[in-house]
Amino acid sequence: MKKDQNLARLLVMLAVVFALMAALRPGQFVTMANFGSMMRQFPEYGIMAIGISLTMITGGIDLGVVGTANLSAILAAKLLIGAVPRGAPPEQALPFVALAALLALACGLACGAFAGLLISRFKIPAILATLGTQQLYTGIAIGITNGRPQSGLPLLYSNLGNTEFLGLFPLSFLIFLLAALAIGLMLSRARFGTCMYMLGTNPKAAQYAGLGNASILVRTYMLSGLLSSVAGLIMMARANSAKAEYGTPYTLQCVLIAVLGGIDPNGGFGKIAGVTLAVFILQFLSSGLNMFNSISNFYRDVIWGGVLILALVVNSLLARREARLAVRRGARATRA
Amino acid sequence: MASTVLKVEGIEKSFGGVRALKGVSLEIRAGEIHCLAGENGSGKSTLIKVISGAHEPDAGWIEIGGRRLTRLSPIEAISHGVQVIYQDFSIFPNLTVMENLALNMELMDKRAFMNYRRARAIAARAVSQIGFDIDLDERVENFSVADRQLIAICRALLQDSKLIIMDEPTSALTKKEVKALFSVIKDLQSRGISILFVSHKLDEVFEISERYTILRSGENVAMGSTDELDRSAFAFHMTGREFSEESYRPAGPRGDPILSVKGLSRRGCYSGISFDLAPGEILGITGLLGSGRTELVETLFGLTRPDSGAVEVRGNRARIRSVKEAIRHGLGYVPSDRLTEGLFLPQTIERNTVIAVLDRLAGGLGLLRRKAVAETTARWIRDLSIATKDPSLPVRTLSGGNQQKVVLARWLANDLSVLILNGPTMGVDIGSKYDIHALMRKLAAEGLAIIIVSDDLPEVLACASRIIVMREGAFVRELDPASTTESVLSELSTGVA
Amino acid sequence: MITARRILARSEPWVLAAIVMLSLLIQARSGQFFTGNNLVDLARALIVPGLLSIGCMMVIVSGGIDVSFTAIASLAMYVTDKILLQSGYSGNVLLAYAMSGGFGLLLGALYGFLIAFLRLPTLVVTLGTGSLYTGLMYGAFAASASDVPPSMIAHGKEILFTATNAKLGLTSEMPSQILILVGMLALAFLLLRYTMLGRGIYAIGGDEAAAERAGFNVRLIKMFLYCFVGALAGITGISRISMMAYADPSTMLGMELTVIAAVVLGGTRVTGGLGTLTGTILGIALMTILANSLILIGIPTYWSRAFTGAVIIIGTGVTARQIASATGRRRELKKTKGGGA
Repeated sequence: MKKDQNLARLLVMLAVVFALMAALRPGQFVTMANFGSMMRQFPEYGIMAIGISLTMITGGIDLGVVGTANLSAILAAKLLIGAVPRGAPPEQALPFVALAALLALACGLACGAFAGLLISRFKIPAILATLGTQQLYTGIAIGITNGRPQSGLPLLYSNLGNTEFLGLFPLSFLIFLLAALAIGLMLSRARFGTCMYMLGTNPKAAQYAGLGNASILVRTYMLSGLLSSVAGLIMMARANSAKAEYGTPYTLQCVLIAVLGGIDPNGGFGKIAGVTLAVFILQFLSSGLNMFNSISNFYRDVIWGGVLILALVVNSLLARREARLAVRRGARATRA
Repeated sequence: MASTVLKVEGIEKSFGGVRALKGVSLEIRAGEIHCLAGENGSGKSTLIKVISGAHEPDAGWIEIGGRRLTRLSPIEAISHGVQVIYQDFSIFPNLTVMENLALNMELMDKRAFMNYRRARAIAARAVSQIGFDIDLDERVENFSVADRQLIAICRALLQDSKLIIMDEPTSALTKKEVKALFSVIKDLQSRGISILFVSHKLDEVFEISERYTILRSGENVAMGSTDELDRSAFAFHMTGREFSEESYRPAGPRGDPILSVKGLSRRGCYSGISFDLAPGEILGITGLLGSGRTELVETLFGLTRPDSGAVEVRGNRARIRSVKEAIRHGLGYVPSDRLTEGLFLPQTIERNTVIAVLDRLAGGLGLLRRKAVAETTARWIRDLSIATKDPSLPVRTLSGGNQQKVVLARWLANDLSVLILNGPTMGVDIGSKYDIHALMRKLAAEGLAIIIVSDDLPEVLACASRIIVMREGAFVRELDPASTTESVLSELSTGVA
Repeated sequence: MITARRILARSEPWVLAAIVMLSLLIQARSGQFFTGNNLVDLARALIVPGLLSIGCMMVIVSGGIDVSFTAIASLAMYVTDKILLQSGYSGNVLLAYAMSGGFGLLLGALYGFLIAFLRLPTLVVTLGTGSLYTGLMYGAFAASASDVPPSMIAHGKEILFTATNAKLGLTSEMPSQILILVGMLALAFLLLRYTMLGRGIYAIGGDEAAAERAGFNVRLIKMFLYCFVGALAGITGISRISMMAYADPSTMLGMELTVIAAVVLGGTRVTGGLGTLTGTILGIALMTILANSLILIGIPTYWSRAFTGAVIIIGTGVTARQIASATGRRRELKKTKGGGA
């Protein structure tokens, strides 16, 4: 009952934002070109938002997603630039592109595993541990590149990244959909998903129930790292380069998406369907605002912050009401 | 005829359509120990909150200090000498004993500044009242639950109290600490302070109180002098059900031991513990808090590791290094603190029930089969008669007894060979206590091996087929419950004759 | 004996030991640590993070966490600077401090309200307000590096004394703003230790429900706390731009991470209830020495960020370990007590 209400609320919000933008900028907003460009923009942060959501469900948070994404992308870029000579034919580049992607994914997994170990084995609070890993990964990325962008990627890579399926859907969009579906299914139906929710609700009870807390946490942060590295690869394809400080504002934006999408910041509750809707809402808002020349880009920060706080206020007021109702319903059911 | 300290009559209170109190009366005389008893949800807590001024009653009146009032503010309650010691003691674990004792006084006096010399004087006065010897400069989190309770009592005495209300004061105490608490209560009584002792534990009510009031579903069902009350009447008033005091003897062991513990030791916790457990047995392990009883079973369940010794399951050496491995060996453990260790309170009853058997309910790709999950849950709700209509409600909405049954169901749903219960009926109302005892007997009769860890001696005597007493981490003696008594067990656990 | 154990159970002596060892290491490798100008440079670098850490520590003690105080400091000082410049103000710098402190107080009051009255999670709220305030600064005020009024330039040039390194011919000046740090530390110390308000902050961090029952006005205390933190951030902003002699809107952004790490390093319990100003300043000193001495011990600047990250991880890891072992000891203690008789 509760989940449906949250999703319904988000759908209404999505419709309102869409209608508003369509009404104010009809010639620009409701166009194929705009939808095409939106589909290219949101997958990178949308995928990271899913990663952060997972960690928030287990009662933590991963503030290191952007650092992980950039470090993974830089490693892949270094490999590609070093191994593929300029102007090499696609056949020659393809195995290296595959290898670079694998390297990036492995890097994401390792980054996540490290954060997971800090949290589960060394008992560092997730906020601090991932503040630390964000600094560390970004720092390593700066250190090995001297802070310079890594460009000169083989043409094949950006071509692949910009492939459109059915002449409409970019590869990155499909990857986002696939990730959202797979993670959503895992959370709602798989054993591991249930364990994540339970761990996020009460870690001690999870320990006594034999769920294996350390392993759940490490795997959760590895998943978050993996998703981040996928986002890193997408960012690299879009910018046609990799840099240590790409996408810095994404951290906040992803937390915002997670909270807006109904993930409980205290852990234990939330669904990927909500997160996906929140991604769409934000993208509509952001693309729509871009169509107003008088609005500075920096107002987006204001709106992000404002929407985040509004989402918190609304969610907490509604949660309080629902808790009251649940207790009353429970009291009635027990008596009956 | 003793004078009356506090009298309430016809108190009604509703919360959002639910009537918690339906015209309740209570009279407490000067210098008496009065017991307020009732099951969970009977309205005890609401009544206390009305008396202490935390809730405003919808109807009825309160007579205090010779005045008849229709409502009371918290400040008025305190100025009339009413003090409440809540279950969590309302204590700051991070502050020193001195500050914990003095802060309330200082806040009452509306002080804006902290004067440490004055605070120390207040604290010293507070502890001297009951001759409590404690380091005033140590942080409270470094003390045991019993010490924290005494701190709370000292704090309450500072306010020139006439009536001290203790809300379930013994729920986290060991037998020995309860004894110490009772002597403090008697001491307070001798100084003319009245005590309202809130409890649902029958033995305590008989031991400490002179008069009693029993509530059920927000109504007075009985009141009078404790001398004239007997056990079965008490249980009947509490629950509205008749219980026959079964005298039960377990069938005893059948066949080879399923679990053998050989010289198990863990430094600082317990040492050299050995015993065998066969199917159909209920082994009682008793001892004081700190006797190593909890630590021992937590090792068996893979939560900690032993330094030496061995555990055998079905005659084979078992290295249990994690809870997962313990579960694989067919062990189940109901922890002592249900709310923090046992349950995922805001999650559904269903999830709480099936969490330990998810593996078996998962199909291909690790996806759960929804129908199997629902069927398993429905079966255990039925088999253990868990009072709920909707397993998708949060487990928090259940009563203590039903919550405990959910934890039990979680393990029974597994292919269990050994069930370990730590404080099986702690904080559970009488009705559920009978249910849980009956269930343990049934399970043993069906061939399950059960270990109960408890310092509720009557419970151990009534349920166990064998009893092991532990003291200071060591095995003291094994006893046959048929030929022993509470006082023998108590002497063995304390080491004092 | 008990007192010795109690002292060693705290983290301040360990942080101090780390500082001493690090100083000796740097001295041994560069010979430049214990020189007047280096020490003055360190003190100078410590002022702004030191000021910020006071508020940060108080928030963590109360059981919250704040990642937006640098945004407040930046926005408050920038708006103040713009107003003073446009009005051509040339009077006393105190007005600048009062204005910026006042703006900071208002900005702190906004999220204080959300946290105190709506009980929203502090991390997410302050992530939101941080973004809001930075966005306002860059959007509404179109912030970019700008001049500061003459009074601030003069204020920035007030020097207490000058230290000279004869060997290298370097001089370093001790800015008067160090007095603000000392003053604020004293104020915070008195507040935290000798007022019921301050004890209330600790009480809330220990057990919020108990604080309410004991008669603390929890909402007002939290409201005060975030207003205080905001005002302190605003004041810090003016000190910063006075010392720099120009107003760079981005100069303090991002500093919040190191400040939080330093506060935790200094022994403040992340879950609230425990924390001292001594520990906080020691933590800040350790971080400052590390950051300022990387070159002295031969770590290239490109790696400084990775180094900070590693320090945060190791520092918080050690603190977390310490807490874990302290709880372990406590459990032992309880056991022996229970089984003793």
